[in-house]
Amino acid sequence: MLERNVTLSLKGCIQGAYLCVPVFPGIIAFGAVFGTVAAQKGLTFLETLLMNSIVFAGASQFVAMELYNAPMTWGTVIAMVGVTAAVNMRMLLIGASLRPWLGQVPAHQTYPALFFLTDLNWVLSLSEYDKGTRDWGIYLGSGLITWTIWSLSVIPGYFAGSLIADPKVFGLDMILPAFFAVLLIPLWKGKRQTVSWLIAGAAATATWMLFGGYWSILTGAIAGAVAGAYYDE
Amino acid sequence: MNDGMFSADHMFIALVLGMAGVTYALRAGGYWIMGRMPLTPRVQRGMEALPGAIIVSTILPIVLQGGVIVGLCLLVAAGAQIRLKKEYIAVFLAAAAAATLRAVGV
Repeated sequence: MLERNVTLSLKGCIQGAYLCVPVFPGIIAFGAVFGTVAAQKGLTFLETLLMNSIVFAGASQFVAMELYNAPMTWGTVIAMVGVTAAVNMRMLLIGASLRPWLGQVPAHQTYPALFFLTDLNWVLSLSEYDKGTRDWGIYLGSGLITWTIWSLSVIPGYFAGSLIADPKVFGLDMILPAFFAVLLIPLWKGKRQTVSWLIAGAAATATWMLFGGYWSILTGAIAGAVAGAYYDE
Repeated sequence: MNDGMFSADHMFIALVLGMAGVTYALRAGGYWIMGRMPLTPRVQRGMEALPGAIIVSTILPIVLQGGVIVGLCLLVAAGAQIRLKKEYIAVFLAAAAAATLRAVGV
């Protein structure tokens, strides 16, 4: 399972960055909206940059900002860190699934690189791995470019109000989910995937209907993985 | 813009460090745990099934939340990918479909 031939090259990094291009409009639009939300909530420019670039986890930033109120209390801080953890719980599984890919890379390189782990570079790395790519520059390059674009896109949003008043009008909110759907297609290999995905889907739907929020990713993914592990053809 | 533009409240710094710390712990934690799991054939099969299961579980709630339009757009994306095998085009078509459907008020 562990790959003995994982490499890292500049060419791989550039290729990884290039693969993110179709998703740029989605990243820029939502980064800008975060800037606008932060300005409306009264964050200073520096505070906005710090949160956006250091936390670097879009959905959790938006959810946490819903709890923000100035002047802050330690209660607010704890609540905001708590919702951040809840929204980002899926990172545990995303990171775990990269182990076969990055497991042969020295720890002093992978652990810093894991800071740049997002849904986007995860799904890209994974689909490239599936195609036989073993240059982990795909992961690193796509992570770095996503971080850079995300970090810059907040600036116009903060100062100009959102450039695009409602990203939904242009369908920009569909870009990332569509990318996920597109990259799911080649992962289908046969009956094991059908069974695993049906069970994942059922668990995710049930969790979403009962509890809403973000727990469905966790329960669905674990149910699907267990189903895949125990389905013997 | 005022003089405070480049200031940051100390409690806000603590907040950012807390949010970033917990997020990094999750980013690195799953990877770390998986390096310490015995790689039995069953664990391997589970690991192989995990990525697809994550994607399915990520997309479905978005569809449930977003309704018919979102569902249709993702079908457009999936269909375009099966036919054309070009990610760019599939993603573009999905966004265009969403914009069009919303413009006509579906």
